[in-house]
Amino acid sequence: MTYLYFPGCSLKGTGRAYEESLLAVFRALGIPLVELADWNCCGATTYMSIDEHQSCALAARNLALAEQQSPTAGGTAQLIAPCSACYLVLLKAQRCLASAGPLSQGILHALQEAGYRYQGRVRIRHPLDVLVNDVGLKEIARHVRQPLRGLRVACYYGCQIVRPFASFDHPHYPTTMDELVRTLGAEPVDWPLKSHCCGGSLTGTIPEVGLRLNYLLLHEAQRRGADVVITVCPLCQFNLEAYQDQIRRRYPTLAPMPVLYFTQLMGMAMGLPARELGLQRLMVPMEKLAVASVRGESHARA
Amino acid sequence: MHAPEVYPDGGPRIGVYVCHCGLNIAGKVDVHEVVEFAKTLPFVVVAREYKFMCSEPGQELIRQDIEEFKLNRVIVASCSPLLHEATFRRVLERSGQNPFFFQMANIREHVSWVTEDPRQATEKAKSLVAAAVRRVIFHEPLERRRVPVKDRVLVVGGGIAGIHAALTLADAGKHVYLVEREPTIGGHMAYFDKTFPTLDCAACILTPKMSAVAAHPNITLWTYSEVTRVEGFVGNFRVQVRRKPRYVNEELCIGCLQCIDACVYKDARFPDEFNLGLGKRKPIYIPFPQATPRVVLIDPETCIWFKTGKCKRTCLEACERKAIDFEQQERIEEIEVGAIILATGFKTFDARRIPEYGYGKYPNVYTALEVERLVNAAGPTGGEVRLRDGRIPKRVGIIHCVGSRDERFNRYCSRVCCMYSLKLAHLIKERTGAEVYNFYIDMRTPGKGYEEFYDRLLQEGVHFIRGRVAEITDWAITPEEEGKLILRVEDTMIGVVRRIPVDMVVLAVGLEPQPDADEVRRMFNIFCSKEGFFLERHPKLAPVSTFTDGIFLAGACQGPKDIPDSVAQAGAAAAEALALIDKGYVELEPNTAYIVEELCSGCKTCIGLCPYNAISFDEGKAVAVINEALCKGCGTCVAACPSGAARQHLFEDVQIFQEIEGVLAYV
Repeated sequence: MTYLYFPGCSLKGTGRAYEESLLAVFRALGIPLVELADWNCCGATTYMSIDEHQSCALAARNLALAEQQSPTAGGTAQLIAPCSACYLVLLKAQRCLASAGPLSQGILHALQEAGYRYQGRVRIRHPLDVLVNDVGLKEIARHVRQPLRGLRVACYYGCQIVRPFASFDHPHYPTTMDELVRTLGAEPVDWPLKSHCCGGSLTGTIPEVGLRLNYLLLHEAQRRGADVVITVCPLCQFNLEAYQDQIRRRYPTLAPMPVLYFTQLMGMAMGLPARELGLQRLMVPMEKLAVASVRGESHARA
Repeated sequence: MHAPEVYPDGGPRIGVYVCHCGLNIAGKVDVHEVVEFAKTLPFVVVAREYKFMCSEPGQELIRQDIEEFKLNRVIVASCSPLLHEATFRRVLERSGQNPFFFQMANIREHVSWVTEDPRQATEKAKSLVAAAVRRVIFHEPLERRRVPVKDRVLVVGGGIAGIHAALTLADAGKHVYLVEREPTIGGHMAYFDKTFPTLDCAACILTPKMSAVAAHPNITLWTYSEVTRVEGFVGNFRVQVRRKPRYVNEELCIGCLQCIDACVYKDARFPDEFNLGLGKRKPIYIPFPQATPRVVLIDPETCIWFKTGKCKRTCLEACERKAIDFEQQERIEEIEVGAIILATGFKTFDARRIPEYGYGKYPNVYTALEVERLVNAAGPTGGEVRLRDGRIPKRVGIIHCVGSRDERFNRYCSRVCCMYSLKLAHLIKERTGAEVYNFYIDMRTPGKGYEEFYDRLLQEGVHFIRGRVAEITDWAITPEEEGKLILRVEDTMIGVVRRIPVDMVVLAVGLEPQPDADEVRRMFNIFCSKEGFFLERHPKLAPVSTFTDGIFLAGACQGPKDIPDSVAQAGAAAAEALALIDKGYVELEPNTAYIVEELCSGCKTCIGLCPYNAISFDEGKAVAVINEALCKGCGTCVAACPSGAARQHLFEDVQIFQEIEGVLAYV
């Protein structure tokens, strides 16, 4: 099946490693990803709280484009949104459009004025959902070249991909990524904070709250023996990784903890070259696996 | 329009009565307009409205009109026939008319309660009245049949409700078959140590009733048995019961338990079902010391003889009565009863469905039912509250509403959890001196002495935190939290998120229908409510009856209930069953099917379709014959008959077509 791909702003900016690793993994698995042409801002979570109408309209335009560009003409388009915020906003907008309220009427009208229409034939997917439920763990296992034996992984789901819609996993106790990690040969740690808050934009606006939340996450992952935290969201990744210095100033016991996108870890297990996975962009390098990954690179060249 | 020829006396004379039902109907339907409309319909002699047609003055109104206007047909436009069809048929009967010259138009459930727009409601009411008038013209006089009833009652389920119903009937001199799925009667109540709010000993009030059942000459007790088939109808049910083999002859076993001592397993090592896995048993066992009947059984899943065919079978030698029988087969019993009481109980909510509470993951998270066993003097710890590692908890959290009042699972309140949580809080505090925290949404303590019990707990220093617990983890962030379970909860009284570290968590799981409730309801031909509990005939006025005559409900199979309510309902069900069978006969509705022999081609299509085995074949005449005593009037054969020979009283083609035309002609 061909999937449409909605990068959103993060995957072209701070989350470039997410895009690189995502594309590399899908390519290696032989699954076509087509970037949605002429996409715009997803509508953004915070914007939705300020101006629901405009935010929803932005999201709706992306949905209309996806429907128009559906690889199966007339069929339902499968639209992959890797960023948790995009994923959630698109889902929210879709729910809103499916209802018959005045907001939905206004947005459908706005789309019409701009020459678009939307009939609800888009299925919004998170890549974790697609990889585990469409591709399947068996198929992924077939592509694992360097099982990540002995690596202890804290799987961080964050809040937005499971709440409030929880379309493919449990809203408070998700397990999809844990199973994926087992397939890669690594060991998921029992980490009860896996769907707690990363602080969102509070790290910038109210640092004492945002940084504390990130400290709690990292500290507990460390206490449970995790070698690495993996995430599904560019904001979670940024919060957990980029602020570690600042967190350490307040909580000196915190040791460095690499924070990877789950697709980067997949790529490593699949033996993909480190550069294709954007591993060089890590601020906290992943020492434990450096050797394996270099070996993987030379293997790939050979 | 032509009246049928059976009326040479000037044809039908119809009276139409439109009920206001207070504002239930009149609030939406323009009753006056419906009455004026009815007056224009053919053969209608008089049409009236009244506030409550079902009341005595309302009925009197019809009686007077029948006399004054020589009415021979009556229409009442009011509520569902389920509610008052019998009431108004009696009015005709008392006025010397055949009660089946009556038709009800349901303008409440079908119109005023479900139609938004008053205009549309009024129009629909008019069309239903028109249909009823057209139909009733073609009604024929019918006679109710009297059928003798069997003098015996089947009670399904041997919990406190089934026990109480069985004893009540047996004491009244009726023979009762009590069928219980488990090896012993007693149900959930047998698990408990104390009962709220009086804290009287559950065993002391239950076990005498259990032995009374076993000893009663009027009760046939079949445990480890299940009902597998139900046929027939009110007064004359034929029931098949499957008695599973317990590999011990019940008539011979005296419950000396020497076989258990003699078992080749020296130690009990298999999870004990009665103690919910908290204790151990041997392959040959008795569920608990007061089990009734006091007969051991062998579990073939764990018995070496059954698994390998090789065992010294020391139990055989130990049994002086030669009661052990490894060759025992299941037995099928066939019985005939006049009434059935279902008291099949409930199951508790599966706490694993809320993974954020960690049940099954953290060993010190228990369900309330498990804690009932821990506090029970006859339980696996002899009544001491000890954790799985042997420690005595110093801090205990009790979470209310687990699986109840939760849109994800069950919206309803399980009614018993607040009170049993208070009881467990009291017992845990009494036995351990622990600090006990109750996490509740609302405290629901309506009942005699219940609120007073809540007050007592407040005085005893049990903590109450108003808020639904978000998660239970072993995520410690302070030294005091190390090694504890931490409950995160919004204390909604002070508007703060709190972390409460405890040693033990009790999940106050709600009550759910039995997992096989849907199969059971099919077998007994009754309904379930939305939540899956058995549906009573009327929530207020027929709370223990079902829509199938002769089948009654008692206890939590009808909805969450505590012991006093279950017992009260069991008594009511027993009284209803008694009233039915004591009369000696039942009157059956005459809406049965019949065969017009000249039209029957003898194809036998109907015979296989009849769900009640009411149709046989007369080889001499080569026609189908319907046994009216067995026919329930479902209409299956009538619809299926290719030659139109199968017909049904009260549902004749002409009646149905006239009814349809009545609606269509008006619209």
